[in-house]
Amino acid sequence: MNLTLHIWRQKNRHAEGRFVTYEARGISPDMSFLEMLDVVNEGLILKGEEPIAFDHDCREGICGQCGVVVNGSPHGPRPATTTCQLHMRSFKDGDVLTLEPWRANAFPVIKDLIVDRGAFDRIIATGGFITAPTGNAPDGNAILVPKPAADRSMDAAACIGCGACVAACPNGSAMLFVAAKIAHLGYLPQGQPERDRRALAMVARMDEEGFGACTNHGECEAACPKEIPIEFIARMNRDYLKAALFSPAERSGPSDGA
Amino acid sequence: MELKSNVPPGPIEQKWTRHKFDMKLVNPANKRKYTVIVVGSGLAGASAAATMAELGYQVQCYCYQDTPRRAHSIAAQGGINAAKNYQNDGDSVFRLFYDTVKGGDFRSREGNVHRLAEVSVNIIDQCVAQGVPFAREYGGMLSNRSFGGAQVSRTFYARGQTGQQLLLGAYQALERQIGLGAVKMFTRHEMQELILVDGRARGIVTRDMITGKIESHIADAVVLATGGYGTVFYLATYAKGCNGTAIWRAYKKGAAFGNPCYTQIHPTCIPVTGEHQSKLTLMSESLRNDGRIWVPKKKGDARSPGQIPEDERDYYLERKYPSFGNLAPRDISSRAAKAVCDDGRGVGSTGLGVYLDFADAIQRLGEATIRERYGNLFDMYERITGENPYKVPMRIYPAAHYTMGGLWVDYNLMSTIPGLFVLGEANFSDHGANRLGASALMQGLADGYFILPYTIGNYFASNKFEKLAGAHAAFKSGETSTAARVQKVLSINGQRTVDSFHRELGSIMWEFCGMGRNEKGLQTALQKIPALREEFWKNVRVLGEGEEINQSLEKAGRVADFLELGELMCLDALERRESCGGHFREEFQTEDGEALRDDEKFCHVAAWEFAGDAKKPVRHVEPLAFENVHLQTRSYK
Amino acid sequence: MVGNLTVFKGAVAINAYGAALRKFPAVLWGVRFGLLLSVGLHIWAYLALSVKSWSARPKGYRVTSYKEASLASRTMRWTGPILAAFIIFHLLHLTTGTVHPDFKEGDVYHNLVAGLSVMPVAVFYLVAMACLALHVFHGIWSLFQSLGFSQPRFDSFARRLATLFTIIVVGGFVLIPLAVLAGILKLQ
Repeated sequence: MNLTLHIWRQKNRHAEGRFVTYEARGISPDMSFLEMLDVVNEGLILKGEEPIAFDHDCREGICGQCGVVVNGSPHGPRPATTTCQLHMRSFKDGDVLTLEPWRANAFPVIKDLIVDRGAFDRIIATGGFITAPTGNAPDGNAILVPKPAADRSMDAAACIGCGACVAACPNGSAMLFVAAKIAHLGYLPQGQPERDRRALAMVARMDEEGFGACTNHGECEAACPKEIPIEFIARMNRDYLKAALFSPAERSGPSDGA
Repeated sequence: MELKSNVPPGPIEQKWTRHKFDMKLVNPANKRKYTVIVVGSGLAGASAAATMAELGYQVQCYCYQDTPRRAHSIAAQGGINAAKNYQNDGDSVFRLFYDTVKGGDFRSREGNVHRLAEVSVNIIDQCVAQGVPFAREYGGMLSNRSFGGAQVSRTFYARGQTGQQLLLGAYQALERQIGLGAVKMFTRHEMQELILVDGRARGIVTRDMITGKIESHIADAVVLATGGYGTVFYLATYAKGCNGTAIWRAYKKGAAFGNPCYTQIHPTCIPVTGEHQSKLTLMSESLRNDGRIWVPKKKGDARSPGQIPEDERDYYLERKYPSFGNLAPRDISSRAAKAVCDDGRGVGSTGLGVYLDFADAIQRLGEATIRERYGNLFDMYERITGENPYKVPMRIYPAAHYTMGGLWVDYNLMSTIPGLFVLGEANFSDHGANRLGASALMQGLADGYFILPYTIGNYFASNKFEKLAGAHAAFKSGETSTAARVQKVLSINGQRTVDSFHRELGSIMWEFCGMGRNEKGLQTALQKIPALREEFWKNVRVLGEGEEINQSLEKAGRVADFLELGELMCLDALERRESCGGHFREEFQTEDGEALRDDEKFCHVAAWEFAGDAKKPVRHVEPLAFENVHLQTRSYK
Repeated sequence: MVGNLTVFKGAVAINAYGAALRKFPAVLWGVRFGLLLSVGLHIWAYLALSVKSWSARPKGYRVTSYKEASLASRTMRWTGPILAAFIIFHLLHLTTGTVHPDFKEGDVYHNLVAGLSVMPVAVFYLVAMACLALHVFHGIWSLFQSLGFSQPRFDSFARRLATLFTIIVVGGFVLIPLAVLAGILKLQ
């Protein structure tokens, strides 16, 4: 099959970007979307044009590094599918596709379709963890976790940190990403001691990073390749309200360096 | 070169305990005076970096991805072994040790393996405390399953995403240390050179993959946790970015390379569909618990699987290995699949595939149960192939998956270069010639959480370190040679893309140094690879500049190293004139096609020493002694 | 809304309701002040949220496609200002009479029926009520979500409650102009 691609090209973080049109010819429906881009790139290199830069790594839908907005949909049209697992059989011969990077103030474009998602790491670094230095742990079965809680925690922990939620949100909000981490740790008994501090610190950091606010569109849930539901956002709001009202002391952040 | 394993004396179960006591300690107040560089942020790297920062060392961590959470440990599906014996089924540290030594076909070091089994129990505790959402029973206790041919249930898991959850645990511990300022994280940085001063590892040179800046980083020790080199096959279950550059550059600085030919070919991957294929996707081995593997009995049988009656199907694993059946270990299952396909009985359009059929399991347990157990894997299969595995059998074929070989390390995980430590898949140590399922995660975390943080202290406390400046000649020359290499690649402007070279190298490796190897084939590969390498340096085309994101340039650097590493693998495979584990030499097999070890001549580790670019590397030998698990023929019949 | 619906009981009833509202000016002004403050805070929150969202995505997509966002959620930003304009008009129309063609102080029934008999006014009233429906529906469902009451088992409840509330309130308001236009409510 043959396709027409309008692809965002941008030399670096500071340069102006623009759309450039390419033709993808002789594409097999068995190719993944990224393999289709590989084919286009091979052709470009042989023609002496610089290939299109796009992020990718595991190509099996788990590392979270890939992500292209295809015709307005982060990771493309197929639900619960990352760009690397999207296959060309989801498209038809003659389709015209517009490929754009994730667009958010907190995710600056650094080249073509590649963005900098460092903001996510910085949010995790402020509270997305359980403090458990190596060597202090009690026996694994000393902490009983009811199966439903473990299952719910796992639902949230399935987040791959790809940022499609931010890309999809009309407000550029990162609430689903933050809420998923808060829910992952908050459903477990091990996560309780830091629950209040975690919600306050992560939400504050999220705001500092310049993400937008949630107005409950639900686009994030629809775009999420791991189908993380927005009810985790409600849960985060609840945790945040509770912590803000009843644990104001936790606002100050980590009290010691160890 | 002297290979001193430094395995402590004494009974096997006391070695590690005694060694921990014998090692020197660094005074808590002095720990912050030492800087450690950790390259790689997967299970081994992230856990080591976080743990050393907790102890008080100054840590710098480097990864090529945009965040440490993306390291390819994340893709491990099945689980992690630990000798907890929670199921009361007779498991023990000794049994895990025994299984791992036997599974590795008696080519691993007993002392290391026993320690691995010992600390396996601590890993589970540590991960639970960090909030890893392991599967639970209704009573709230940890759930286990049997995995990869083990006869006890000792595998802990988090759905089909155990690697992801363990990595997130280590990543979160690492991010916590980054937030506290104890670890300095460098993402999108690729190590280019290892820097030695007075014969000891004292730093690295990196390329910033965004700005192209080439920089020196000084430390008192360097830890490589950069994973395996299986992308030498081009098509593999590895991430696209996985590479052997860090260990290869270390090898060229004098670190011995242990058993480079030991590669694991995983039996259950989704088959190749065509030339465009960029990687292979693994389907968890756990599928073999309920799926039955078969091919038609008749050669070239083109009927659809549903039309092939039961008595015309060959359930070859059940036939050949009645006691293990579909759960036979990975190397054996992979070879059996290759054998039936070579026999012309493979399925699918390429003839390189076998059926993994769930029809019986669905009939016995119901579709709902199968969906509950494997739903996410079935969905993944359907996404990739467009076929519904609830209705038609899956098609699978083996693919390169793990490298047991790696830089040679002693009991302290230190390479032959003092101050250079190697962890996880990047080292050669614990899996011998074949790795058992759910043991990779165990080894990565054992090395990072529980072994290196002790042994590195001993290294610091036993040596004196002078302060180095960035202007030191060794660093300057490392920067210069890195810059020259970048310039050279960019200036060739030939006719072929980097990927075309990589693909060609991969097909040479797969054909001659893959599941079955023989003298003639390896000789051919040893002709073809240098020729390809020569062409690469004359005819590769890398466009763009060095001072910006340039993915072709990144790939070119890695492929250039693979073009050398592949040759060493073939050389090692040629010299090891026996079959063991993942290394199957066709000349050395029993009458019914099983691997034939030669314990007289090859019960040793082969460690290769770099001798110069145009010279043949030197093969050194570390003899292996089996005092606790007696040498025997591995049989799964 | 219930008070407004007394119009269907005739002029006497609604005029009495109007008079009752004015019986205690302190209470009336208290309530008016409270409502004004709420509107003010609401607008402030609207502006803050909009600024935050716009700055979170300074450059938009060339192609957009919505999967889950509803008409209600996507039009919040526009139905809000329309409703603000409506509230101002509504006050000038039926409270102060400034823009009313034939305003009689104290005769609520007359003012209402005469005012809504003007076609463009009635249409504006109906359009505003359509906006109100969208705005209130998304607002109520969001209330549950934003204050953290939403749970999987609760989710459909929140949606149902939002729907029910919207139908009752907006439906009630809409009945009046429709009745005027249909000639059910006539000038006496």
